[in-house]
Amino acid sequence: MPVKVVIPSPLRPYAGKRESAEFQAKTVGEALGHLTTEFAELRKHLFTEDGKLRSFVNVYVNDEDIRYLAKENTPTKDGDTISIIPSIAGGCDQLCCSRRF
Amino acid sequence: MADETTLWISGHLAEKIRLHGAETYPHECCGALLGRDGSAMAGTDPEKDKLTPSREIVALFPLVNRRDDSPRNRFSVSVDDVRAAEKAAREQGLEVVGWYHSHPDHPARPSAYDRDHAWPWYSYIIVSVRNGAPQDMTSWRLNDDRQEFSPEGIEVRHRAAV
Repeated sequence: MPVKVVIPSPLRPYAGKRESAEFQAKTVGEALGHLTTEFAELRKHLFTEDGKLRSFVNVYVNDEDIRYLAKENTPTKDGDTISIIPSIAGGCDQLCCSRRF
Repeated sequence: MADETTLWISGHLAEKIRLHGAETYPHECCGALLGRDGSAMAGTDPEKDKLTPSREIVALFPLVNRRDDSPRNRFSVSVDDVRAAEKAAREQGLEVVGWYHSHPDHPARPSAYDRDHAWPWYSYIIVSVRNGAPQDMTSWRLNDDRQEFSPEGIEVRHRAAV
């Protein structure tokens, strides 16, 4: 049984509108690698230009945040579900403040 | 993906966003936009599809700004809150189609910080709140190249179309 990767709504347009995809993978990084190979347009939304997972991308294996496990080296086993959960943040910054009322 | 989009929202919900911004002033407010995406609703009749909204907001899911360290110019939504918003949307047959937040004493334009933390596809509503009084409200979508936002029209209706 493969590993299931759940794709969040904002990324589905880049993944053939799929809600999930399944891969044979031994780690989270391997599964995400397969995902971004199959759907290349996803890559820039998940990874920085130097290949690191973007800071506002949360990845869970079942109910565990991989930041508290082994990050992308977190092992996966058959039947696991990997969830990509958007981190939502924003607000004014210096650029914005220069345009203050 | 982000060209020529329009967001439909009822006057009641638009007012709720503005009031949320006033309530939390001088801190930023935030919340989820629950609704339906027009691209998923489009059918086979091109003429009828022209009348279909790009996206409609049907309900709001107000949240607590988790940025205790800098709530005047930052907002943050926890993973648990994201999951709660998605669950609330599913239970109503909707989906989370975007997020709203306020810019206290600043224009309703996305900042570089907004852009760096934005996701494509989502609608990002920003309401400007000046001296505690809500002002302009705008909506934006991140372009595919992640370099900038495109403005999204907001069409306020007395009752959002179904």
